[in-house]
Amino acid sequence: MLSIKNLHASIDGKEILKGINLEIKVGEVHAIMGPNGSGKSTLAAVLAGRSEYDVTEGEIIYNGENLLELEAEDRAREGVFLAFQYPIEIPGVSNINFLKTAIGEIRAYKGLDPMKAKDFLMMLKEKQKLVEIDRALVSRSINEGFSGGEKKRNEIFQMAMLEPKLSILDETDSGLDIDALRIVANGVNKLKSKENATIIITHYQRLLDYIIPDFVHILHNGKIVKSGLKELALELEEKGYDFIKEEVEA
Amino acid sequence: METVIKTSTIKDKLIFEFETSKLFLFGNTQLRDQAMESFYKQGIPTRKHEAYKYIRVDLMLKGEFDFSTNKNCSDAQIEPLKFLKDAYVVVIENGIFVEGLSNLQNLPEGLTICSLVDAEKSNSPVFEKHYAQYADVKTDPFIALNTAMTKDGVFIHIAKNAIIEKPIHIIHISTAFKNTIIHPRNLIVIDENAQAKIIESFETMDSTAKIFSNALTEIVVDKHAIVDHYKIQDEKELGYLVNTTQVIQQKQSVFSTHTFTLSGSLVRNNLTVVLDDEHIESHLNGLYLTAKNQVVDNHTVVDHRKPNCNSNELYKGIIDGKSIATFNGKIFVREDAQKTNAFQSNKNILLSEAGTINTKPQLEIYADDVKCSHGSTTGKLDEAKIFYLRARGIGIINAKKLLMHAFASEVVNTIKIEALREYVEEKISKTFE
Repeated sequence: MLSIKNLHASIDGKEILKGINLEIKVGEVHAIMGPNGSGKSTLAAVLAGRSEYDVTEGEIIYNGENLLELEAEDRAREGVFLAFQYPIEIPGVSNINFLKTAIGEIRAYKGLDPMKAKDFLMMLKEKQKLVEIDRALVSRSINEGFSGGEKKRNEIFQMAMLEPKLSILDETDSGLDIDALRIVANGVNKLKSKENATIIITHYQRLLDYIIPDFVHILHNGKIVKSGLKELALELEEKGYDFIKEEVEA
Repeated sequence: METVIKTSTIKDKLIFEFETSKLFLFGNTQLRDQAMESFYKQGIPTRKHEAYKYIRVDLMLKGEFDFSTNKNCSDAQIEPLKFLKDAYVVVIENGIFVEGLSNLQNLPEGLTICSLVDAEKSNSPVFEKHYAQYADVKTDPFIALNTAMTKDGVFIHIAKNAIIEKPIHIIHISTAFKNTIIHPRNLIVIDENAQAKIIESFETMDSTAKIFSNALTEIVVDKHAIVDHYKIQDEKELGYLVNTTQVIQQKQSVFSTHTFTLSGSLVRNNLTVVLDDEHIESHLNGLYLTAKNQVVDNHTVVDHRKPNCNSNELYKGIIDGKSIATFNGKIFVREDAQKTNAFQSNKNILLSEAGTINTKPQLEIYADDVKCSHGSTTGKLDEAKIFYLRARGIGIINAKKLLMHAFASEVVNTIKIEALREYVEEKISKTFE
């Protein structure tokens, strides 16, 4: 589904990603872990199509297409979803209108008929229940006055509504208390299927207690320095990132 | 003779027109003469007039203009402009009240609506007490000109304790085929403890002629009255509008006004609200969407004369193309007006490199125990917000539109009449196309 080869990316002339290689198949969950500044969020931003980052080398093939040639909105329409680390507040745009517009444009892109209002409302209700988000939140402006946990839950709700093929969760666990974490993880688990794939970007292992990854990769200084199965996350938690640094630098 | 008229200035033409027609105009000739004298002293403002330096009305008034007030509008043409289905509708065509186009059947008790000419003719004491008492001819040349030259308009009186549920919709429609200057004038008096909702809309018929409308409305809000006032300015490309609104509020009254400028080549709003007693509440909201070569200039004055009053002002603008938008908001807090709360905010989004926004909040405070604040911001659409929307599959054009709607919604949501809010929202959507 996703094949990243020798990806180099920089911002303002500073190289952050220094040759990432990653293969993700449909149905898989990959965790990308790493200390602050290792390039985790840059990788997420490059995948989502943030224009501030320059890709200087390498390629990203997504379902046979060159992802880097697609605009951000076309990536989303092709099924790439980024759950933001810091979801933005947009006063004056209701969540419902936002999702209606997004779904409308995605369907038009795919050549599908517009969704009927009734079907949209049914879907809204169903997904609300699935990710356990308060109805009152959904009817408000996007993230306006939401708590940190509510914002993250809203990201997962949007993910549920848009039914992406590739979801990238950027530090979705940061700032969540244990109950919020459990609800968010539950949502993600329910949305997981054989037809989609998930990338979980995280600093800590605790989210991986709830969302079990198939593979764990450790990012350090812009490169994946170690890959393994879910046990690698536990080892990392136990020994800390210093052990990776020592291993790499040795 | 013809050459003389062509080379004469618009000021001379206006004076000539006044002298030849004044005997046929309604009302007090002395009042009109004084007003004309005041206009003569002030003249048409040019760039040198501080209050008009960003809006070149003088340039617009070059060339030939007519002063006729012919009726050209048919029922079929006016029908689509009656956008509020359940309202008392007053149609003012080229400055003249047209009963035949209006819907004024079954007026409820306490509501009087008639032409200014009829109000004057019938010696209405309310009319006589209030007519031309508030908009001061010495303060502005267009007030002077309107007071001298107005031919008609509407007089609305809401009697003591009357609560008028349905909105009163005044449609100003310009239909001339030649370049024309008109001076419509309205007087609206809301007596003690009465309530009303009043909408003034400004429209032009499809035509190739320039219409310069110098419209003036005086609104008297008596004790404990509650008035909700709206202006919807949508005069298209050949509309040139100077719109003066002069409001006087009495004790414990609440007045809210909302100015939506959606189109028009040149729009100048002079809005003055005088808080003439204690415990008054005033709300001034405005939204201007400008594009192409439009010039839109909002001058507001909030005059706190007595203690314990609140005023709140919010004006927002989206500026595109080569348009020029100006906001000048003055707040006076007179020496007597202790415990005043006065707030003002002006926010703008500049969409183009070539657009201009001039924003000037002015506070003049002569009392010492007051809470006042003002602020203005101008920026572009937020890139981070645009990206967030695009990351969900919304194309850049729609993402920007959503954000513009969101920006405007703060003002649009102050509209309390649902049908009007929907109408304005739809108009805004079309503007963003």
